[in-house]
Amino acid sequence: MSGLLPGFTDPVLDAQSAFRAVLEAMSRPGRIQRLQRPPAPPAPLSPASGAVLLTLADSGTPLFLDTGPDAEEWVRFHAGCPLVAEPAEAEFVLASALPPKLAALRAGTDEDPQTSATLILQVESLEEGAGWHLTGPGIEHAHRLRVAGAPQGFVAEWAANAVRFPRGVDVILCAGDTIAALPRSVSIREG
Amino acid sequence: MSAAMQNEGYNFAYLDEGTKRMIRRALLKAVAVPGCQIPFGSREMPLPYGWGTGGIQVTASIVGPEDVLKVIDQGADDTTNAVSIRRFFARVAPGLRTTERTVEASIIQTRHRIPETPLREGQVMVYQVPQPEPLYKLEPRRAETKRLHALADYGLMQVKLYEDIARHGRVGSSYDHPVMVGGRYLMAPSPIPSFDNPKMHMSPALQLFGAGRERRLYAVPPYTDVRSLDFEDHPFVPLRANGTCALCGARDTYLDEMVTDDRGGRLFVCSDTDHCGTKQAEAAA
Repeated sequence: MSGLLPGFTDPVLDAQSAFRAVLEAMSRPGRIQRLQRPPAPPAPLSPASGAVLLTLADSGTPLFLDTGPDAEEWVRFHAGCPLVAEPAEAEFVLASALPPKLAALRAGTDEDPQTSATLILQVESLEEGAGWHLTGPGIEHAHRLRVAGAPQGFVAEWAANAVRFPRGVDVILCAGDTIAALPRSVSIREG
Repeated sequence: MSAAMQNEGYNFAYLDEGTKRMIRRALLKAVAVPGCQIPFGSREMPLPYGWGTGGIQVTASIVGPEDVLKVIDQGADDTTNAVSIRRFFARVAPGLRTTERTVEASIIQTRHRIPETPLREGQVMVYQVPQPEPLYKLEPRRAETKRLHALADYGLMQVKLYEDIARHGRVGSSYDHPVMVGGRYLMAPSPIPSFDNPKMHMSPALQLFGAGRERRLYAVPPYTDVRSLDFEDHPFVPLRANGTCALCGARDTYLDEMVTDDRGGRLFVCSDTDHCGTKQAEAAA
């Protein structure tokens, strides 16, 4: 407990600003958003994934994370969310290393697609204008996004995720203090 | 102490943080499944259901001190509902600027109109929605309409449109005309005139919808396909009064008809007060 790191400097306004970044990222898939005032969570949590967790997770959202005891203590203290042992039980899944398969996460039902999980995926870096071709709602023509450190076979997994629309997992990619999102409605083509 | 704490004991933007998080999570899912109605825990607000509590809760969950807020009611910035909601946010969200200019606004909360001035990237439209279920008048059972949405079975609505055409010779809804979002979900555009429906299609702005009494919210992301429901041989035609604005002379805007005396005198004026005022100022200059 002695080494517990602080959360948001201003819990109200910093969460608001982080949420707008996430909302903008989700509305314009593949566009990179930089968080204005992210917290400095314990490694291996990145500032961006820490900000996303503190913005969205609370006592009503079971969380699975693979980032070790320091991060668990930090999240439990600042967000107060229950931690679960199985990714399939979680509403938010945070992965810093190899993420669980998308097919193993909650996908919602056709009647209640909003009950699906959101995967917060830490990657090495995000770069616009190269890499994947993204199309779908939120994208006028095509957005390009290069994700360094994306899990092997992710694009194929994503295609399987997209065909079960409106069911499916949404992904928030985090690198350093930047985020980009992949709502289930988006299609990815490798470029 | 944070700036948010300085307002008479209320949190920034009135709602508590737990409620905001719940609405924010619902909004993200709404954006991820365009046009799908997402349930949320609608709170009691300091004005009654039916006065825009859904829109207010959505705005309160996204708004920050760097935003510029515009509120319109039937296109006008100076009507009771618009004035009181704008004043509410000016009081509970310190730092927030309000405006009547569409071009300056970052968030536009609206009751039943989309501004005439084209929206741009970075703007967010927040619609106040009385009835989020487009099938409600045809099938009042919520459990049943949920299943119809799950199956994308919208035959009921097609039959209704067909009957309108058979009886009236054209589609009967001049407002709240249902739209298909992303080719998947049938959605109520809220009671905007059908004149405004085409503005939703591929709009650069993010569009969020809140229904407080019905406890539902939904969204249309930017650049999303939004088609007004119609038939190939009876294409959707947006309705507009055949007249000219008496104030600015516009022939391409949505008009309100005003009765001017008790001898049948009437004239048309723009419903969008900001757009009309801007046109008049341009003409005077």
